Amino acid sequence: MSAWINQQQAAASLAVQRLAATPMATLLATLSIAIALALPAGGQLLLASLQTLGQGNSATPQISVFMALDADSKAADKVADQLKGNAAIADVRFVSRDETQKRLRAKGLAQIIDSLPSNPFPDTFVVTPLDTSPEALDSLRTQLAALPRVDTVQVDSAWAKRLSLLIGLGRKVIWLIAVLFGIGLVALMFNTIHLQVLTQREEIELSKLLGATDAYVGRPFYYFGALQGLLGGVVACGIVYAAFALLQKPVSDLSALYSLNFSLTTPRPLEALALLVLSAALGWLGAALSVRRHLNT
Amino acid sequence: MIEFRNVYKRYPQGLDALADINFGIAQGTLTLLQGHSGAGKSTLLKLIAAIERPTAGIVTVKGENIGAIKRAAIPWLRRNIGMIFQDQKLLLDRNAFDNVMLPLAITGFPPKEAERRVRAALDKVGLADKENAMPVALSGGEQQRLAIARAVVSRPALLLADEPTAHLDPDNAREVARLFHEFQQVGVTVVIATHDEALYAPYAPHRIALDHGRIIGHAEKSA
Repeated sequence: MSAWINQQQAAASLAVQRLAATPMATLLATLSIAIALALPAGGQLLLASLQTLGQGNSATPQISVFMALDADSKAADKVADQLKGNAAIADVRFVSRDETQKRLRAKGLAQIIDSLPSNPFPDTFVVTPLDTSPEALDSLRTQLAALPRVDTVQVDSAWAKRLSLLIGLGRKVIWLIAVLFGIGLVALMFNTIHLQVLTQREEIELSKLLGATDAYVGRPFYYFGALQGLLGGVVACGIVYAAFALLQKPVSDLSALYSLNFSLTTPRPLEALALLVLSAALGWLGAALSVRRHLNT
Repeated sequence: MIEFRNVYKRYPQGLDALADINFGIAQGTLTLLQGHSGAGKSTLLKLIAAIERPTAGIVTVKGENIGAIKRAAIPWLRRNIGMIFQDQKLLLDRNAFDNVMLPLAITGFPPKEAERRVRAALDKVGLADKENAMPVALSGGEQQRLAIARAVVSRPALLLADEPTAHLDPDNAREVARLFHEFQQVGVTVVIATHDEALYAPYAPHRIALDHGRIIGHAEKSA
């Protein structure tokens, strides 16, 4: 066990020395890896942020049931009872006309509202259906429109659906980019290690003659690959944090203009850790493939 | 310790390097492999170290059948064999100390004990004061002694040397031969491929004479 630990320490130390021995090559490789990782990682986080936008504004299709303007509270209660008893409905939220008026006043529309002779907003029920398929939504909309004193029924899901589809498409594109860049990273590390193996060929051959196992020969290269990948991961995290910090304010300002509660979500510690582990693992994989190829030829 | 039975070695190019080789080497003996260049001496050493495998026949080293040994088991066999190469194979970017340390690093030896052993090995070959010297700063004789220190530092049971005195002046060659004899005296089995049999005559070695891949003479003791 202590021999194993000694060998791990020696291999790790040798890998650090090799990284330090060629600072320019290390820097360039680190930047290449960092950019390759930062793009999909940043894209993924951006999509996650967009998804919260969708969720905050009801990505689940909802149906707004507007009562007639002259419908009284008894009529509203009657409709509420019928909605609660409907098995196709998961949830119902009542928004009174006064509440709507108050909310819009708070959003800076007080002047316009005050200029109106009376409250122009109807009582509204926000209905969350159980089944969100287009057919079920259509059927429910027809049912709700037939309720007494109901003026208009509006399905609010179109934009959320579009956003959801776009996010889904974006996520697939990001995954594709991530896979391509991941392969690129492995190929980069494969080539880096291949060149190192060539320059260390004599030492490797001598070590094997002196009783070195394949694991002993490969270990410093594996550590090198993992460390190089890790360095790239650290810089990639830095790039993402810096980019999000730079963009945070302009994005917040822009979203405020559209009355959206949207902000960029910076990576959580666990996500950053996952990125570091992934980058180290990809570096290790590239090194392992390269060393294995050399040892088998 | 070593046994060859009806061993043949043919290289892929069709060259017959060894044919019908039969001999045994006992533990703690000094054996010379003699013959002109291309006689098969180096191939025979390579078979013992499992660098090559026999085309036919059985080569046994410390009970291991070299023809059947698994690839993964070869390093463990080689850790019991000290090898000295004609071209020494020293690492030119490492000093004498680090060159000798290599076999112990490979086995994961505890650092303190490894350092002690490296210094003892350098002392044994008369290079105690050269541990920080780079190989290029050493003379030919010193380089060869450094290679010997590296071969013995892990205290192998078997020492293989391929033309270890080929490029040395007579004084250095005698010193190297004396070192091999000393190792033999403490129980190490020493097998040396050499042109220079007179150099080892004082140590009464076993002799195996080869010619065109065949044994043409086998003497248990020459003195």
